[in-house]
Amino acid sequence: MIEIVEKKDMNTVTNDMQIEFAAVSNNESFARMAVSAFITPLNPTLEELSDVKTAVSEAVTNAVIHGYENRNDKNDKVRMSCVLRGDVLEVEISDRGVGIEDVKKAMEPLYTTKPELERSGMGFAFMEAFMDDLEVYSKAGCGTSVKMCKKIGINPWIDSEE
Amino acid sequence: MDEFKVINNYLMIRLPDEIDHHQSVDISSRADRYILSGKVGNIVFDFERTTFMDSSGIGIILGRYKKISCFGGKVYAVNADRRIRRILMMSGLKDIVEIIDEKGAEMQS
Repeated sequence: MIEIVEKKDMNTVTNDMQIEFAAVSNNESFARMAVSAFITPLNPTLEELSDVKTAVSEAVTNAVIHGYENRNDKNDKVRMSCVLRGDVLEVEISDRGVGIEDVKKAMEPLYTTKPELERSGMGFAFMEAFMDDLEVYSKAGCGTSVKMCKKIGINPWIDSEE
Repeated sequence: MDEFKVINNYLMIRLPDEIDHHQSVDISSRADRYILSGKVGNIVFDFERTTFMDSSGIGIILGRYKKISCFGGKVYAVNADRRIRRILMMSGLKDIVEIIDEKGAEMQS
């Protein structure tokens, strides 16, 4: 029922932004700050803000250490594009790195190709859990793009629960 | 540095404001130096200052747990706020890490 009510909002873009930054690990915090600033006008709960920040942090970290193989080279770029449709946030984070051979396998919880870096293998699982929707497109040798959406402002009641 | 302190044989790690991959490499390697020195039997992660953690934090805790549990040590998490605790729950870390609510009364010497 909620979906029908919100349908009008779903199609109209109310705000958008794109940024591109170097694929270095200090930019992980920059990316999540940028997104949280972008959604502030929607009055997100602390919970929602933290969910979005975690998901963005996971996606950007993946681009830095897997997409660009932890090179920390300034010339490698991560692109983040955010669109607001009413109260729905769409974030797309893409890199032109090595890509993923088997996306399905990569998305399995606890699966990691870099156990030596102590990656927990929870990145995609967290993105999936903290956002409403997650799509991953990847082609080996071309790069990876992660698209996530989340409706902002639906769970103030969860906050007051505890 | 005062982020790392040994009290009795507990290594107290005062975690930073935000824990992501960028921070995690440094924290892990410093903690390991303490563990390998042999003076540490258990580890306490103090989240008092921490407002943000992603899965890199899980990596830090899991990695340290693997090392300290070889010597029969335990891992504790103190002062974790609701959001941090949720991440500890979701990742299944709650089964290996003892989460202490109050300001670590039993830990302070």
